[in-house]
Amino acid sequence: MASAPLLPLEARGLGARLGGHLALHGVDLRIDGALPTVVLGANGAGKSVLLRLLHGLIAPTAGQVLWNGSLARPRAQAMVFQRPVLLRRSALANVEYALAVNGIAGDERERRARDALERVGLGPLAGRPARVLSGGEQQRLALARAWSLRPRILFLDEPTASLDPGASAEVERVIGEIRAAGTAIVLTTHHLGLAQRLGGEIVFLHEGRVAEMTPSATFFTAPRSREAERFLTGELPWKPRSPESPSA
Amino acid sequence: MQDFAASFGLAFRLIAGLDPGLFGIVVLSLEVSLASALAACLLGLPLGAVVAVCDFPGRRAVVVALNSLLGLPAVVVGLAVYMALSRAGPLGAAGLLFTPTAIVVAQTLLVLPIVAALSRQFVEDAWREYREQLASLGVTPLRAVPTLLADLRFPLFTVVLAGFGRAASEVGAVMIVGGNIDGVTRVMTTAIALETSKGDLPLALALGILLLVLVLAVNAAAFAVREWSTRHHG
Repeated sequence: MASAPLLPLEARGLGARLGGHLALHGVDLRIDGALPTVVLGANGAGKSVLLRLLHGLIAPTAGQVLWNGSLARPRAQAMVFQRPVLLRRSALANVEYALAVNGIAGDERERRARDALERVGLGPLAGRPARVLSGGEQQRLALARAWSLRPRILFLDEPTASLDPGASAEVERVIGEIRAAGTAIVLTTHHLGLAQRLGGEIVFLHEGRVAEMTPSATFFTAPRSREAERFLTGELPWKPRSPESPSA
Repeated sequence: MQDFAASFGLAFRLIAGLDPGLFGIVVLSLEVSLASALAACLLGLPLGAVVAVCDFPGRRAVVVALNSLLGLPAVVVGLAVYMALSRAGPLGAAGLLFTPTAIVVAQTLLVLPIVAALSRQFVEDAWREYREQLASLGVTPLRAVPTLLADLRFPLFTVVLAGFGRAASEVGAVMIVGGNIDGVTRVMTTAIALETSKGDLPLALALGILLLVLVLAVNAAAFAVREWSTRHHG
């Protein structure tokens, strides 16, 4: 694995047109990975599109994605999807498959796969068919699979969206561990609680543009953009209006 | 009516008595049909999967061609294989006409479009679901082909059985290229056609019953595999 630094990850004038619809435009941002980056926004704001562009799953129709100044897409990155796609084989074999594709062979492959499963608490379920695991277990398996690849940066698209609170908490714990082990985290979420607990930098998208990029602490108490403020009051009706923010 | 009843009686006696003539035909039928289904799957499953996941110029034309080949008239395939294998044909020197190998060739050509077209459909549907995840893991479309074939093994098994069913029940092409030679290329379908026109209903009926049982068994197996797989593999 290349030891050259892969971060910062920069988007410059990034835009994407999907099926004639301008999903994202004029996005400039810089992710240095020191703190988690949380992409917030309403449905259709372009959160998933931004993540897919950064991860290189779709090509931008405008602008560039730069990895430490280079256009080359590095291998040492992974993504966990809202609904993970697992292969019809055992949990262990799912992780081993990802390692095999990335050129990890033999004992090393099995050792790393088992290790990743242990870390997400799925050790005892290693032999279970992946598709019969519960939703939370499947999401943790997807995390283990991504983690086993030892990515330098991990993208997560709504990782807790379809999970109950207990499973969400487990997933959140694993994300915290992956981060503690030195992987940069970029995630989208609807879950304002998760966004707040992760701290870090909030990228707030509104109608395909970055409305603001603010440290989490500031964002939740004093959002700079009117769109973010509306979003927060709409999403958190119980949240007391902070004195310094103007009424919408 | 009495004739029919007598024929049925005789047919069951042939089956129950494990009549060697009868079972020779059944065994040959199974052999050539299994061989053609196997050959068609070895070629057709990867072909269908590659067409499903790879983008290449003319892909749409290939898909349309594959789908139209589903309705390939068997006698036309028989004629084409006959001409290719006949003494004056391009492959005539091999001396394959009127051998079981000729039957396998014709049946393979008939089953191949079924396997390729159906597996393309299954794999393409799955690819829509798997595509982003596999791309994210660094899997290229060509590398995804064996992955998808392995992951879709249960639905694809029914495709394999459909191919086998088609091969086993095929008569026109097999008659043309095999020649229905007793003890050499006489299979269940050609024997039924011959015995019926000869008026030997008991043997035709016995073979018909066995053919039905075979088709039924194949479909029951397909159903059982699907049931089992959804229960155990999701």
